Amino acid sequence: MSPGPVAKEAPALDVDALLADPETSIIVCCGAGGVGKTTTAAALGLRAAEAGRRVVVLTIDPARRLAQSLGLTELDNTPRPVTDIDGSAGGSLHAMMLDMKRTFDEVVLAHADPDKAEQILANPFYLAVSSSFAGTQEYMAMEKLGQLKAAAGTADAPWDLIVVDTPPSRSALDFLDAPNRLGSFLDGRFIRLLTAPAKAGGRAGLKVFGVGVQLVTSTMTKILGGQLLTDVQTFVNALDTMFGGFRERADETYRLLSEHGTAFLVVAAPERDALREASYFVDRLEADRMPLAGLVVNRIGRVEATGLTPSRALSVAEALEDGGGPKSATNAAALLRLHATLVRTAERQRELAQRFSRSHPGIPVVQVPALGRDVHDLDSLRQVGHALAGS
Amino acid sequence: MTTRHTDPPWANARLHVVTGKGGTGKTTVASALALALASKPGRVLLSEVEGRQGISQTFDVPPLGTDETRVVRLSGGGEVVGLSVEPKAALLEYLQLFYKLGRAGRLLEKFGAIDFATTIAPGVRDVLLIGKIYEANRRRRDGRHKGDAAPVYDALVLDAPPTGRIGRFLSVNSEVADLARVGPIHSQAGAITRLLQSEQTVVHLVTLLEEMPVQETLEAVNELRSKGLRPGAIVVNMVRDPLLDDVALDQARAGRLHKASIRTQLADAGLQATTELVDGLLEEARDHAQRIDLEREQMGMLEATGLPIVQLPALPGGVDSGSVRELADLLVPAFVTPLVTPLEGVEP
Repeated sequence: MSPGPVAKEAPALDVDALLADPETSIIVCCGAGGVGKTTTAAALGLRAAEAGRRVVVLTIDPARRLAQSLGLTELDNTPRPVTDIDGSAGGSLHAMMLDMKRTFDEVVLAHADPDKAEQILANPFYLAVSSSFAGTQEYMAMEKLGQLKAAAGTADAPWDLIVVDTPPSRSALDFLDAPNRLGSFLDGRFIRLLTAPAKAGGRAGLKVFGVGVQLVTSTMTKILGGQLLTDVQTFVNALDTMFGGFRERADETYRLLSEHGTAFLVVAAPERDALREASYFVDRLEADRMPLAGLVVNRIGRVEATGLTPSRALSVAEALEDGGGPKSATNAAALLRLHATLVRTAERQRELAQRFSRSHPGIPVVQVPALGRDVHDLDSLRQVGHALAGS
Repeated sequence: MTTRHTDPPWANARLHVVTGKGGTGKTTVASALALALASKPGRVLLSEVEGRQGISQTFDVPPLGTDETRVVRLSGGGEVVGLSVEPKAALLEYLQLFYKLGRAGRLLEKFGAIDFATTIAPGVRDVLLIGKIYEANRRRRDGRHKGDAAPVYDALVLDAPPTGRIGRFLSVNSEVADLARVGPIHSQAGAITRLLQSEQTVVHLVTLLEEMPVQETLEAVNELRSKGLRPGAIVVNMVRDPLLDDVALDQARAGRLHKASIRTQLADAGLQATTELVDGLLEEARDHAQRIDLEREQMGMLEATGLPIVQLPALPGGVDSGSVRELADLLVPAFVTPLVTPLEGVEP
């Protein structure tokens, strides 16, 4: 179908060139929930691997079938080789699902001495933080990405390309803010208040707080109850020793993301809301000077009978219906009505995508046709990869 | 007040929580439901908790703040009031309301305790968001939270987090009650849990007839049930009627639609029926038949939950403030008519 006269076409996103470029070492797929982000990440990983790259795909919360198609049967927080791929070009594929609690535990075990680690892992406040902390997924996705990158190129970690799916968070760029939020929290007065010994009235470091300390502590005790406050204090004290390392690594990962060699792909569905979020991501990535490779618009309606306009199809359908002909006439009319609906849907979707491009000129775009069924095996994943490459 | 077994799960509900996978039209459905409930007529509070400004976009009104603002007044006298719940404002309001903190409140803010509570501390954010809804639900027209005055709102609709997080969002109060084993937070969390688990609260799930949203819906239904929460309706959104009858669908699927006679019909009607065109149309019909099969399979899985299913059509031009009203009209029979019980007089 012809897209109609367009003032300026968006440049095409060349996915194969991006995957083939040896400089590309990290691809981050971000976008709103439900737009096919995880599928896109997995399809890119498979395509790159079959083109000869050594790839690891980090998924956050994959649909069960997608996970199975990658051979991931359990969430064990370790990259597993995906067998059954075509390795003739010399590539390989690993895949993993993020387990945020286990990742957090690993950080604690790696950076605190054994006594302290045990104390942290058993703290009730830690248990809550590590499994339901608002933002834990984002921190841990960043942490894991840093680990995968650091291990890259070793015997157990042969990858030279990491494809990351991002958490389906409230704002899908929360993971970019994670290091900063952690940083301002760690440097904040509140943490110093919490980590100060209970009777700290005379300590020099606390003088800056003035007389407010007592009032704040007593208010918090009143609201939270003494026991919860004690749990929080124990937790924060225990974590204190490893905070430095934590923050350094988060900063390091943030730096990694902004470097040449990282490519952000914003994934969207051809709907108003999803594209509005995509606009927001693109603006945000540009504001943070993150290397944006382009936009993937998933699930564009497919039209097979090219060249027949909807209005022509509908007028012929009407004529056939009025003619009172045989069953084949009714069927032919129904086919034409179906065709008109498909073309109109696809046109509206393309118009939405073009509207995005008009307000973000110069951002490469690839439109991916809808699949009949969700991805359930490597073959269907391969088809998605094929479509992503625009072929 | 008793619920007859023929009544829908929301017969005695005041708080309608609407969830759904991203992209299913959760906000649109929540908005349409608020309009439908307001048509009784009544005053309905429509809240969002993720700061997306979805309500202001749906109703084409300026962005909502932390004040309750009327977004629609219906000709029949009903109205929808919008609110974007923000945890920091909710916490400060809560502290003021229950502790009359004054200077200590400002100090907590200055020391970063408010930031800590709303962004870092586990679950607190969600507790505050739900806490605000809890407060609005109890508020009376005289501004008090108890007594005989009629409630400010006849019904509340919450545009809640997506299905993947809804179970945790709604049960966060029991988690917090475990964490803070005594004290005011503990009792507040307990009271909220009682509201959420009572017949006054119902959780509607919005889905499309596609594999992933349906899968998530089924998982959410199980999770809600296991947590003592009440699933309400499954709202199947963007439903398209099949364009071919069942016989033609069967033939299309099997590739047995009679090509020659269709070609003849098209040619007779004046189309230049090239082989490519006819093949293309048949290919489209086969895709369509497969899609209908998939949708029927998904619908069967939804029906197996035993929950009432409400269908909303796909709107050809997408959603705007006018089409939300169309959807609201379609929701009225399911959500408003069976409610013979007056909403006033329900104890909070």
